[in-house]
Amino acid sequence: MEISNLTKKRIKDYLEAGKRFDGRGLLDHRKLTIETGISINAEGSARVRLGKTEVVAGVKMDVSEPYTDHEGEGTMITTLELLPLSSEEFDYGPPKIDAIEIARIVDRGIRESKMIDFEKLCIKEGEKVWTLFIDMYTMNDDGNLLDASALAAIAALMTARMPKYDEEKEKVSFGEFTKDPLPITKNIPLTFTFHKIGKSIILDPGREEEAASEARVSIAVSSDGKETRVNAMQKGNEAAIKPEEMFEIIDLAEKKYKESSKEIFEMIEKSLKTKK
Amino acid sequence: MAYTKRPDGRKFDELREIKAKVGVIPRADGSAMFAFGDTIAIAAVYGPKPLHPQHLQNPEKGVLRVNYDMLSFSVNERKKPGPSRRSQEISKVTEWALAPALQINNFQNTVVDVHITILQANASTRCAGINAASLALAHAGIPMIDLVSAVSIGKIDDKIVTDLIKEEEDYEDGEGATDIPFAFLSKSGEITLMQLDGRTSTKKLKEAIEAGRKACKEIYDIQKKVLKEIQEK
Repeated sequence: MEISNLTKKRIKDYLEAGKRFDGRGLLDHRKLTIETGISINAEGSARVRLGKTEVVAGVKMDVSEPYTDHEGEGTMITTLELLPLSSEEFDYGPPKIDAIEIARIVDRGIRESKMIDFEKLCIKEGEKVWTLFIDMYTMNDDGNLLDASALAAIAALMTARMPKYDEEKEKVSFGEFTKDPLPITKNIPLTFTFHKIGKSIILDPGREEEAASEARVSIAVSSDGKETRVNAMQKGNEAAIKPEEMFEIIDLAEKKYKESSKEIFEMIEKSLKTKK
Repeated sequence: MAYTKRPDGRKFDELREIKAKVGVIPRADGSAMFAFGDTIAIAAVYGPKPLHPQHLQNPEKGVLRVNYDMLSFSVNERKKPGPSRRSQEISKVTEWALAPALQINNFQNTVVDVHITILQANASTRCAGINAASLALAHAGIPMIDLVSAVSIGKIDDKIVTDLIKEEEDYEDGEGATDIPFAFLSKSGEITLMQLDGRTSTKKLKEAIEAGRKACKEIYDIQKKVLKEIQEK
């Protein structure tokens, strides 16, 4: 999205005075809602709304061969499509760099946090393992698709159930599910994307703020209950970030994780219980 | 074994529970959700807007462009993301199903884009998509002479059945399953979409058209109702 220099300047001036167009504080998220079980044929699925931004994610599973360097581990493929349905700025066609980048940041957060115990997704070492497909689709773009996508992905994973595996035929009985959840550990990552506009650092930008962003830093943070860890990071956009600003952002990410993780995980668990 | 009872207990001419809602995608010019039971379609309309690339523009009238696709996890076995031959054909027949209702001749060189996404599938996805798209076009304020309502009619064994589910589409006993999706201009009753997959006598086929017309009148009433309920914030 292109915005005028006037709007850009106005956004900067506002932020320097500690204000935002919609009245939020610089590090406040918009209203978050998480629904799970939104698509019954998926092993797990979720819809996340951050204000008017909406992303859906689904988990499907199949059986395939493991990678030769990890013969006893399941595999995972993460995709994101910026659907033209969600914005007049998105086009059809193979995912382009914007979509690829979001999917890869989400993938790294999930993979590196060890949220999924891939060893438990092995059926027969060296021959057959489970493959997880995490597919995310944008429904409405009102800024910060990245954080919304990452949340939708973990919510879909946390609420997924294993499909039924036919041992005799050695393939998945599609459409049949077990009651077993995925092998999920405590280390569930949350992704926070900070944007630098002028001298200010903000979270969860709306569309205009995103267009005014000079630099952004995405950080996926997880915790094993004892200490928090950073699992994935990406600096984006053209402007540089000073080391001290980066230190500040890293501390803010850890603080945000500690403040909001309990509430978010409870929200996801509750969403499952309210479903039949 | 003759087909005497439907798997979900519905009467032969009974639709699944219909849910419809307008305005589900705030960023779009018009949008709607339409569900037949477990089949959920979402449609968004953008336009009329300048059509690019320029050589596709029509200096005599506006162009309608439809894209239908299913989310990868909307079906039992993951669908590979991206367009398929099936989705391209459905996009085209949906375009033809909707076009007669639109009056976009005065919007020369522009396009009205309709994006249809299937969130969850249990048969009749193209019909749910057309119903959602028709609502979204009306919501976007595109000039229309009529709404379009669509339903899938089936001949399962020797019975004419309204609004098929997957289990019925896959029925193999007796004469098997014939799937016939329809779309009608709601007021005039003219047919804008008809496809057929299976085998049937001409007599049964005429019965199917009647059943489609009847079901679409019910769908039209629901479409009108949700459009009247729009309250812009």
